[in-house]
Amino acid sequence: MIDTKQIRESVATICQKYGEEYWRNLDKKKEYPTDFVKEMTTSGFLNILIPQEYGGAGLGLKEACIVLEELSLQGAHAGACHAQMYVMGTLLRHGSDKQKKEYLPRISSGELRLQSFAVTEPNSGTDTTSIKTMAKKTNDGWIINGQKVWISRVEHSDLMILLARTKPQGALPKKTDGFSVFLVDIEQAKESGLKIVKIDSMINHHSCELFFDDVFIPDESIIGEEDKGFRAIMDGMNAERILIASECIGDGKYFIEKSVNYAKTRKIFNREIGMNQGIQFPIAECYSQIEAASLMVDKAATLFDEGKKCGAEANMAKMLAADASWKAGTTAMETFGGFGFSKEYDIERKFRETRLYQTAPVSRNLILSYIAEHVLNLPRSF
Amino acid sequence: MKILVPVKRVLDYNVKARVKADGSGIDLANVKMSMNPFDEIALEEAIRIKEKGNAEEIIAVSIGVQQNQETLRTALAMGADRAILVVATDDVHNDIEPLTVANILAAITLKEGPSLILCGKQAIDNDFNATAQMLSAKLKWSQATFASEIDVKDDIIRVTREVDGGLQTIDAKIPAVVSVDLRLNEPRYASLPNIMKAKRKPLEEINPADLGVEITQRLKVIETKEPDSREAGLILENIDQLVEKIQENVGG
Ligand SMILES: Cc1cc2nc3c(=O)[nH]c(=O)nc-3n(C[C@H](O)[C@H](O)[C@H](O)COP(=O)(O)OP(=O)(O)OC[C@H]3O[C@@H](n4cnc5c(N)ncnc54)[C@H](O)[C@@H]3O)c2cc1C
Repeated sequence: MIDTKQIRESVATICQKYGEEYWRNLDKKKEYPTDFVKEMTTSGFLNILIPQEYGGAGLGLKEACIVLEELSLQGAHAGACHAQMYVMGTLLRHGSDKQKKEYLPRISSGELRLQSFAVTEPNSGTDTTSIKTMAKKTNDGWIINGQKVWISRVEHSDLMILLARTKPQGALPKKTDGFSVFLVDIEQAKESGLKIVKIDSMINHHSCELFFDDVFIPDESIIGEEDKGFRAIMDGMNAERILIASECIGDGKYFIEKSVNYAKTRKIFNREIGMNQGIQFPIAECYSQIEAASLMVDKAATLFDEGKKCGAEANMAKMLAADASWKAGTTAMETFGGFGFSKEYDIERKFRETRLYQTAPVSRNLILSYIAEHVLNLPRSF
Repeated sequence: MKILVPVKRVLDYNVKARVKADGSGIDLANVKMSMNPFDEIALEEAIRIKEKGNAEEIIAVSIGVQQNQETLRTALAMGADRAILVVATDDVHNDIEPLTVANILAAITLKEGPSLILCGKQAIDNDFNATAQMLSAKLKWSQATFASEIDVKDDIIRVTREVDGGLQTIDAKIPAVVSVDLRLNEPRYASLPNIMKAKRKPLEEINPADLGVEITQRLKVIETKEPDSREAGLILENIDQLVEKIQENVGG
């Protein structure tokens, strides 16, 4: 058994070395935490899921969750680097031996960064099977045309996983057939005409629009079977959801700790505001909800690590944890009163950051729809 | 050369110490414990000496309760090669006294044969600052305390010491006991590969009796008190009042 306490301690030490001011300044300047992510990679914590034969630690999702939870509860913005843990999953599960040997060890060592994945398009967000970006076969490769949106960290990644159509919509009987997954060398694609445009957004998430205009990528870029790429993308989603849920647990713990400390020290009407049950109760409620959500995250991660079905648990974990962290964020804003709005206290930054998980990578509504239709067998609505 | 590094498990330096209701000591139930920060610095230095090729093996030793295993696991993950746990008590509140610790470490030294013992200058819980000195006396080894710089050359260890009013550099003949100060280095954290490797490193568990040492108590804690809380400040109207106050307090 690996000592998870030691993982926490080391991750906490790294975070404390940078401090919250680091994240505050990056947020202000909309810059990327390049040195922090580099240190998290070379110290092995972002390669935790890569098997040992490819230079990673080969540990389970439970341990990976601990890393992201600790990052978040230390005030770091885990969203800036979380994808480095799981995007490689598509390559690991569906790539050829040659691809895995070529890329995974270099991803482990930090020489190559694979932390960008391009699925969402301007006219097909939640409805993934309606994406339009097309990859056309040529003699020695593929020509990509189309547009993607909200593609995060693409400017800070060397490789990108791309989902594109390889058959026009409706050409195959199954709605989920006709898609393929590609491993794209971003520099090469840029040389061949890929345009990347930054999106100015609410949080420092480095998301971009991508414009593919006859962009050529070589033959060997395809991962897995042609036209069967949709599954390859989908089967990585459980890991992503569980990991993001653990980030939310960390955010929630962060908000609760900050709220408790502030409520104990801020004096108004000659007494600590924490003496008022109007301040105490919401914090106690958030604590209970984070603890409960954390049990679901654990359950989902355990099932995942045992190789068992965990779609429902992964979705529920993501929703419960995101709801609990969002509520804890709102409560922290409430507890801090006007000072919650001051950048100096970091609450508003974390509040904005944790809000994302109501929407991405999958929105709350879509989780409820999954539970309703796939767990409770209610009639399909779309 | 082998280096022995004793590491103590203490209340984490970030945790606010709370005195037990009966005044018998600090409450250590369910609080975060970590490696004594000065011992972390000693271990870091040992690892650096080994990385420079001046040592072959680093042995970490902890004396106390069973849970000190955790501290030793951290030492192994940082870079110690093996660990020895001396289970000397089953009550975390029972602080083993410096002389007993020195006796145990002396016995281990005879058994393991290190030529250098690197310790923290004091443990942040009891602040005794005594073990290293007692140990060197027991072993009749050279002693250098409060090291802020260390350089090993053959059988000489050059130590820069932080003393009142400046720095003193001395050469001590190895074998030696050196206690380290805060500014010696910045300890590393355990990388994930090293945490994984530490799982396979040996951790031996022994009792003081195995070493022929008896746990004795020479000191008795009479009382433990919280520091007086700071009194509220005064807001004065002008400089004259300030001068007046200063004269009053200094006793003019
Ligand atoms: C900061 C950020 C980073 C992102 N990073 C990436 C990335 O790296 N890669 C990537 O591919 N994508 C990324 N995304 C995209 C993200 O996954 C999508 O925004 C998300 O899936 C929702 O899609 P949409 O924005 O098009 O919303 P829409 O699909 O337009 O939905 C709008 C609203 O309608 C609701 N809705 C839609 N259909 C239904 C229905 N049938 N029943 C009930 N409610 C419904 C949704 O729940 C949502 O609340 C990112 C988004 C953000 C904001």
